[in-house]
Amino acid sequence: MTAARSELERTRRRYAALFLAPMLVTLALVAGWPLVRTIWFGFTDARLSTLDDYAFVWFENYYAVWDGQAFGLLVDPDWWIAVRNTLVFTVVSVSAELVLGLVVALALDVDFPGRAAMRAIVLIPWAIPTVVSAKIWGWMLHDQFGVLNAMLMGLGLIAEPVAWTASPDTALLAVIVVDVWKTTPFMALLILAALQMLPRDCFEAARVDGIHPVRVFFRVTLPLIWPAVMVAVIFRALDALRAFDLIYVLTANARETMTMSVYARQQLVDFQEVGYGSAASTLLFLIIALLTIATIYLGRVDLGGRRA
Amino acid sequence: MTEVVLDALTKRFGRTDVIRGVDLSIRSGEFFVLVGPSGCGKSTLLRMIAGLEEIDGGTLSIGGARVNDLAPKNRGVAMVFQSYALYPHMTVHENMAFGLRLARTSSETVEARVRRAAEMLELGPLLDRRPADLSGGQRQRVAIGRAIVREPRLFLFDEPLSNLDASLRVQTRVEIAKLHRALGATMIYVTHDQTEAMTLADRIAVMREGQVAQVGRPLELYHRPADRFVAGFLGSPAMNFLSVRAAGARGGALRCRLADGTEVATPARADGVAEGAALTLGIRPEHVRTGGDGPAFEVDLVEELGEAHLLHLSGPTGERLVVRRPGGAETRAGARLALAFPAETCHVFGEDGAALARLPEAERARGDAP
Amino acid sequence: MRRWSVAGKIGFALLLGAIALFALGPFVYAVTTSLQPSQALFSGRFLPRDPDLSNYSAVFAEQPFGRNILNSVLVAGAVVSLSLALGVSAAWALGRVHFRGRAALLLAILSVSMFPQVAVLSGMFELIRALGIYNSLPGLILADLMLTLPFTVWVLTTFMRALPRELEEAAYMDGATPFSLVLRVFLPLMGPALAATALLAFIAAWNEFLFALTFTLTPEMRTVPVAIALITGASAYELPWGNIMAASVIVTVPLIGLVLVFQRRIVSGLTAGALKG
Repeated sequence: MTAARSELERTRRRYAALFLAPMLVTLALVAGWPLVRTIWFGFTDARLSTLDDYAFVWFENYYAVWDGQAFGLLVDPDWWIAVRNTLVFTVVSVSAELVLGLVVALALDVDFPGRAAMRAIVLIPWAIPTVVSAKIWGWMLHDQFGVLNAMLMGLGLIAEPVAWTASPDTALLAVIVVDVWKTTPFMALLILAALQMLPRDCFEAARVDGIHPVRVFFRVTLPLIWPAVMVAVIFRALDALRAFDLIYVLTANARETMTMSVYARQQLVDFQEVGYGSAASTLLFLIIALLTIATIYLGRVDLGGRRA
Repeated sequence: MTEVVLDALTKRFGRTDVIRGVDLSIRSGEFFVLVGPSGCGKSTLLRMIAGLEEIDGGTLSIGGARVNDLAPKNRGVAMVFQSYALYPHMTVHENMAFGLRLARTSSETVEARVRRAAEMLELGPLLDRRPADLSGGQRQRVAIGRAIVREPRLFLFDEPLSNLDASLRVQTRVEIAKLHRALGATMIYVTHDQTEAMTLADRIAVMREGQVAQVGRPLELYHRPADRFVAGFLGSPAMNFLSVRAAGARGGALRCRLADGTEVATPARADGVAEGAALTLGIRPEHVRTGGDGPAFEVDLVEELGEAHLLHLSGPTGERLVVRRPGGAETRAGARLALAFPAETCHVFGEDGAALARLPEAERARGDAP
Repeated sequence: MRRWSVAGKIGFALLLGAIALFALGPFVYAVTTSLQPSQALFSGRFLPRDPDLSNYSAVFAEQPFGRNILNSVLVAGAVVSLSLALGVSAAWALGRVHFRGRAALLLAILSVSMFPQVAVLSGMFELIRALGIYNSLPGLILADLMLTLPFTVWVLTTFMRALPRELEEAAYMDGATPFSLVLRVFLPLMGPALAATALLAFIAAWNEFLFALTFTLTPEMRTVPVAIALITGASAYELPWGNIMAASVIVTVPLIGLVLVFQRRIVSGLTAGALKG
């Protein structure tokens, strides 16, 4: 790029730097610095009460061997349970949201009377704060007084009330159900937007040719909205991997639902283990970062392949 | 006094040379038109004069001072954009006053100037409207008003009529011409439409691929084009071009032979031209004569314009010609016409496209009569 | 839809009904629960026989809920204002001025929205304590900026970039500096974008939980999500569900109202970010 010699361009560049500075400084302060600091703490044995007084332990928080026994995050069963929970949660949640979101979007794509009102209704779960959703569902899933147990028992589907959020077998399922309830609207809206941007002519041509609507869906609609849908799915998945609010409020620090975020926070705040907790946070960050980079890279390669 | 001098101006975008050494000298108070096909660089050149594009080489002077590195606001220039670029959220009045307010001009001055411009452009009743409520022609006038109000020493117009309906274009063209007479300011006007160029300009510069092909008064360019490109660009319908070969001389004036063997006299200098050299003969549709013992052409199509008609003809060896004659057509498609090409109205272009020099009148008169 | 069979239409109506039930049901149930006095709740009734507002008054009596709501409003308001101010000026530079590394910078800013909140927790905690703003609203405002700045900058940059180039050039010809350009020409044209971003930022800051939970100590300093999550009753064994539902309804109704009124704006902001990203 040639050096800007005209006064206009030089002025613009000068102002650009001036305009960018406050935002960049703020971002560095609230995001950059704390992240670096957290990674740093991961290499120390700091504790919450003595944050100024700590020693370097290098990789011991991650993996260390003492007296022939392995210690550290990478061999901590609780950590791996948290990882497993997070992955199960992400995969099941996002898949369910994708399918249900697709159904809702297709329904909303039809022009029926009251469509605008329907769209507003569908948006409501998304508008409710996560904490509130967790509480409302916590109440509905209550073992003794919850309406769900009452309905299921009334229908004869279960004999005894189930402790949905407390029982180890059902807790993760309960969390997934609530997340699907809350996030399907978001997916549905994104898919709807993608559907509404499709050119109508190929569908009209298909109709004239008498092709069955189900075939049209799988052979025409789906492939056309796939790129946009993929973007939405990836965003959602990266969100789900970081989930905290819902799990914490619905099931607190229960082992069978604990996600990586919940685990890290428990170490940091409840156990006061800043070093260990920071290491866990760093691991989570790395996982997200790697997945993000992989997505960008694969996305570019994909585009290149398709264009060629 | 605002002359504008462009001295060896160059500009590149990446690896392409967009402006390749342009030299122009625009006089104070002149209405100067830059015309040429899309991509020739005329808009880029205008923007370089405005200060919106960097100048990579050469010198630009306005009013005698070098302005290469000055920001637009320091050059005393105002510009009327092709898309008008009016501020959508401001009223007509605010649009025109914006520049002055930025310069912290006193409210009385602002009011006086806006009022004067509004009067000149008949914008009075529209002062409180927003651009969205105006027609294309009205928006265009506001754009001009915004420029006038700043009392610049140089006006720049970037294809201002392109976005208007054809009928509105003629009307607005006249208004712009009147405006120039009223203000007497130096105006540089860019267009791709050769009619606008011919009617508005004091002088025209025809541009092609980043260079100036020819500069001069409209009629000079029309009657004495310097090369085949300029000849074919100005005038509608375009000049006819026939492939010919040099066929000797008479009295110093070159003679050419058409494909079918007919010989045509031309006013071009014969010296330096090899016998049989491949040349191009140009003659404008309105100069072609019918009758006589010239080559016979067949009429393919007749187009009636009302005050004139066009005949599209094809010749014995496949050449095509357009002839323009006044009044209604008396010939029909399919008829055969003998054509004549009066020497005085012929242009000869060499292999490189450049026009061959003409013999002065006196010398030619001494030669043979056509 | 006209071409559908009767069976098809009925089936579709049932589908819509199911969707509506699933979407609205829980919230409606929360409302009915909130209107039941606590004794009635634990007797197993589902619809209030004698609805009253005892839960609502209890919510405000047993914790500083009014104060909590005020905290949320202040924090969200400040976060929105700061995000927009920082975002608009940055958006002009990032959207319209070409400089080396611009694409990389945009990517870096966007990547901040991928940070797990917990990944900055210890660093942020140290910072907030060092600045002396632990257990205070400024601490939360600072922390929440990490959440709102990236997408605010991204969405505003996208909108800024779309404004016509000739408009900017006309302003320069009129003698504007980039500052007057952004303030007097571009900003008035960005109303819809600002509204959409402000709404999304407000909702994000209002709902934020982890930072609010970790960086506040006393009930007076809590924001609404934390207050609701931590509502405890007299009994050690059972939560005052009536109160919790009442608090939930109080907080949710205005939000639902906001979202319903501005749903077009919100959707456009979301899709602008996601589909173009």
